[in-house]
Amino acid sequence: MMELTFIEIIRRALDEEMARDNSIYLLGEDVAAGGAFGVTRGLVDKHGARRVRNTPISEAAITGLATGAALCGLRPVLEIMFIDFATLAMDCLVNQTAKYRYMAGGQLSVPMVVRTQAGAAGGAAAQHSQSLESWFIHVPGLVVVAPSSPSEAYGLLKSAIRLDDPVLFIEHKRLYAMKEPLDEQAGSLPIGQARVVREGHDVTLVAYSAMVRTALEAADALSRDGISVEVIDLRSLVPLDIQTLVRSVAKTHRAVIAHEAVETGGVGAEVAARLGVAAFDELDAPITRVGCPFAPIPFAPELEQALLPGSRQIEQAVRELVG
Amino acid sequence: MTLQGMSVKELNKDMLLAFYEQLWRIRLFEGQVQRLAARGEVPGFPHLSTGQEAVAVGVCAHLREDDYLFSGHRAHGHVLAKGSDPYAVFAEIIGRQDGVCRGRGGSMHLVDVAHGVLGATGVVAGNVSLAAGAAWAAQVRGESRLAVVFFGDGATGAGVFHETLNLASLWQLPLLLVCENNGMAEFTSREEHSNVAKVSAFAVPYDIPAQTIDGNDVLAVYEAAREAIEAIRASGAPRLLECMTYRMAGHYVGDAQHYRSKEELAAMKQKDPIDRLRRHLVKQGVSDNELEAVAARVKTELDAVVDRARRAPRPDPATVLEDVYSTAFAMAQRA
Repeated sequence: MMELTFIEIIRRALDEEMARDNSIYLLGEDVAAGGAFGVTRGLVDKHGARRVRNTPISEAAITGLATGAALCGLRPVLEIMFIDFATLAMDCLVNQTAKYRYMAGGQLSVPMVVRTQAGAAGGAAAQHSQSLESWFIHVPGLVVVAPSSPSEAYGLLKSAIRLDDPVLFIEHKRLYAMKEPLDEQAGSLPIGQARVVREGHDVTLVAYSAMVRTALEAADALSRDGISVEVIDLRSLVPLDIQTLVRSVAKTHRAVIAHEAVETGGVGAEVAARLGVAAFDELDAPITRVGCPFAPIPFAPELEQALLPGSRQIEQAVRELVG
Repeated sequence: MTLQGMSVKELNKDMLLAFYEQLWRIRLFEGQVQRLAARGEVPGFPHLSTGQEAVAVGVCAHLREDDYLFSGHRAHGHVLAKGSDPYAVFAEIIGRQDGVCRGRGGSMHLVDVAHGVLGATGVVAGNVSLAAGAAWAAQVRGESRLAVVFFGDGATGAGVFHETLNLASLWQLPLLLVCENNGMAEFTSREEHSNVAKVSAFAVPYDIPAQTIDGNDVLAVYEAAREAIEAIRASGAPRLLECMTYRMAGHYVGDAQHYRSKEELAAMKQKDPIDRLRRHLVKQGVSDNELEAVAARVKTELDAVVDRARRAPRPDPATVLEDVYSTAFAMAQRA
């Protein structure tokens, strides 16, 4: 099987979907030139400038443009270069895109994907490093997907494009260079089903996006000390597959949720609250969280490193639970 | 009613009377909204277009059913002029199951896909970019339809308005931007909002042909919209139409309107678009009786619409979670 990077694999998913369905259009700043990270490189040559379209740096207008086109039956895939810039499109995403179907009493749907890139790495600093997913999970009508690996991204992006609902597809910049073999037979992956990445029986460790890799590292380290960790990749934050977590906790009786986003008001809080009710009788310890301290992402490598939660913090959280 | 392409000189008496009737339909429809709102039968805070009806009627006369229409919070007139059923619109405004949006949208979120009404929005300028997207969809599919978006002068303070003008010009989108400049953004005058006196001036740097016209003269609106829409259909490129008008109603129903004097309101009522067309029709030899009969007929029609809407079923609370998503996700909100 051919090894592809995360970037190459989502390019391939886009390419295949565009070949399959000619109502799919790519939009975004520099996308015809490949985009800031080269994800869409070469697609303009194959699918034409009409379907792979550069836009001005106008996040509000291009998100509205994609939404309006989706109302008319196109399937736009819009790239917002950094999730930090999605803030400029918040009115549209929150007040229009997410709610249109509901406000119209089901007359319309908004089949669009906003591909965006998030997370901290390499000194991108406070305005190009954020993990803002919890802002979006708070808005009914949006689907929020955060893949953890190239092969996951391939299947989930295909599903996102085929969905008739608006999807925020969050790619972590630290995963972009990660390589994985692409199974040529792999199809789309279901959205709304979490995945047990590694089985274990002492603690359930819930993660998504790049934190899944970190969680696996922690699980490896902990296994050397005889602690068996079950790692679950949420895949999508909306919808949230609580049932898979409940099944796991019924076995482990303990849960830790890890994410790169600020801990306060984060996905972990939501998961903990829901799991705390759904698996109350199974829990032998409080559900705990690992996330970023309440501070912006700093610039200097030493500071960035100091702030970001890593496998060490996860290991510690797990040890506290089983200790 | 659509009279695509016909110049104002070619309009016969019946066509002019049809305008007159449509102006009254919007006026009396909104009068009923106001009446029911005062009785507490309209949830929320509806915004009336009283005094601005000529813009809706003059522009929509040229639209086809498959043209896309977007509007803002003051949308009743646009939606009716586009061809939506007054009953389904009224039922929506009072929150009933028979409403165009099954009671989910209300006055500020009217959507009626069957008549090309892709939607009103409660966020000022919020829909301008969506209209550009609809125009783009028509363009890439090689369709001859266009998108029209109505907004007030207050919308020109929003960044997305300017972003969209740039994009519409750059991509040469078949989009008609119609500004209803009523001189007031909510409760304050345009002078307090911008040093740019004319909204049409904003189109100049983006190279979008624009003109400022008398928005209280339905025939002037009709003629300018004809020219703009023909140009858009021929070239695919955007146009902007600034219609100078006056909001005889408050910002919303119940607005005490301390920001303007009785004298100002009285003076502006002299420019009422309905009276204006009426004077024109009288000059054309239409009798007072004929004109009264039009208004009376519309009143009877709307009385029946309102009666029926008030008797329409209320939405079933058990359906409140329908249509959040089109996909049947398992969305356990409570575990």
